[in-house]
Amino acid sequence: MLSPLIFVVWLSFFQDTILYFPPSGYTVSWYQKALSDPAFVNGFITSLQVAALAALCGVVLGVLAALGIVRYRFRGNRPVNTLLLSPLLIPSIVAGLGIYLAYLQLENLLDTRIVGTYGGLVIAHMCLTIPWTVRLVSASMHGLDPAIEQAARNLGANGRVAFMRVTLPMLRPAIVAASLFSFIVSFENLELSLALVGPGRTTLPIAILQYLEFKLDPTIAAVSAVQILLLGIIMLVTDRFVKLSQVV
Amino acid sequence: MAKVSIDRLKKQFGASVAVSDFSLEIADGELVAFLGPSGCGKTTTLRMIAGFIPPTAGSIRIGKDDVTNVPVHKRNTGMVFQGYALFPHMTVGENVAFGLEMHKVPAVERGKRIDNVLDMVRMTQLRDRYPRQLSGGQQQRVAIARALAIEPRVFLLDEPLSNLDAKLRTEVREEIRALQRRLGLTTIFVTHDQEEALAIADRMAIMHDGKVQQVGFPETLYEKPANLFVANFLGKMNIFAGRVESPGRFVTENKLALAIEGSGAAASQVGVRPERIALSTEPVGPNAMPGVVDSSVYLGSLIDVRVRLDSGEVIGCQLPNSAGAQPAAPGTRVHACFRPGDCVLFSE
Repeated sequence: MLSPLIFVVWLSFFQDTILYFPPSGYTVSWYQKALSDPAFVNGFITSLQVAALAALCGVVLGVLAALGIVRYRFRGNRPVNTLLLSPLLIPSIVAGLGIYLAYLQLENLLDTRIVGTYGGLVIAHMCLTIPWTVRLVSASMHGLDPAIEQAARNLGANGRVAFMRVTLPMLRPAIVAASLFSFIVSFENLELSLALVGPGRTTLPIAILQYLEFKLDPTIAAVSAVQILLLGIIMLVTDRFVKLSQVV
Repeated sequence: MAKVSIDRLKKQFGASVAVSDFSLEIADGELVAFLGPSGCGKTTTLRMIAGFIPPTAGSIRIGKDDVTNVPVHKRNTGMVFQGYALFPHMTVGENVAFGLEMHKVPAVERGKRIDNVLDMVRMTQLRDRYPRQLSGGQQQRVAIARALAIEPRVFLLDEPLSNLDAKLRTEVREEIRALQRRLGLTTIFVTHDQEEALAIADRMAIMHDGKVQQVGFPETLYEKPANLFVANFLGKMNIFAGRVESPGRFVTENKLALAIEGSGAAASQVGVRPERIALSTEPVGPNAMPGVVDSSVYLGSLIDVRVRLDSGEVIGCQLPNSAGAQPAAPGTRVHACFRPGDCVLFSE
């Protein structure tokens, strides 16, 4: 499992522009190059912003959706549940194309730009973050003893207070995990974003792809190594607060 | 504390009736046990009193207030759940404080009350522990303290002992009873365990199929069960089917004549508790039926003997394993003897 990661990190220190074995020497210059390339830096910032926003909005809506699905029996409960999970089943590239076409229609209707805007990208990425959240949080809700919230009600808490003070804290591990996974799937997503980015608003995976169309040097490996390092740190920090292995 | 009046309470889930025509008056400071097999409607009734389930019909009054349509959090009942339902993310102290906070008890008094209830259940030392760090019995004590801290008008217990092991069950049961007496708590105790109900209750309500079968003192229910369900749910009973031939004389389907007491011309069945039957070699008293010992099971303090009567019936007898008791070996000829006053008449 780890071997591709290790290999990428190793590659990023190769001295030669064209990859071959064994390397003639090692250097950190690819990192300097990567960190000074505006395409990568801007892509990184864009990805960070989009992922943070998509995760935040997706988790809020996903928790509410999970609550509705688990708590209330309504007509169409199961179809809604399936619908909310469907973005995980459709290939992202197909979903991305679908969203692109839908946005074009909407642009005609509303006479505003959507394709190529942050908003359009964030909303598209929420198609990934909402299903993750619904899955994790509803699984966690199913595991809760309903008597615990009832006990809070019995002790004098109204429905809202009982939810905020008792149920929500019990869902905290699932919510933290959902936020983390949402952030990661959004951050590293390539296919969904392909048709939706505009000039100057490129995400990091697309910046990498565009670079690869022309060059194949260790810069890409350096960019990837930075990305791996960053996501690794986020996961480790999260794991200190919530044992992820217990939730997922 | 306050009295509770339940009037013709009914709950229907779709087409199935969970509880019907439930009426009961519970006096201030009284402990009433709802006893019945699972699915009899006892928990549904308790949850209607707590306010978790809206009744289909009927009314519930606590003290002078009609609470039938009052939401859960304004009823001021203290409930102890079967699985304890402690808040896992709060310490023992915070669990107890929660209800006080919700009732807007000032911080100074809150601290005093928490100390007080934790002291009552002997949990003061474990105040800063989390529920997962406590044993089942300790969690149960915290659940009781949490429910009592808000000084509820009615104390509701839903099968509170069923998750504890046998020894602890008796211990916690006695503690609950002592606490209930000392504080004069109006209490409803739901259980499916007849021994538990007999031991703890001032009065019991036996339920079956959503209906109250009989309400009364434990002795009354055991000695004078109103119907066969009550008779068989509280202990065991030998049943003879037949009819009353003349006053004081009941003849079974196998032409066995029994001397009975009391008037019950319509009686179609007579019941006798196994422990009220004595076995002797010579006939004693008006009811002495000859038979042969079929089997004999040693139960420690009791010996469970089955006797096949010459008339054909097989009856169960429980003999005390007292000093000088003779083991009744299978095949021994005996007379099963019981007093006419120990016969219970049923007409159904």
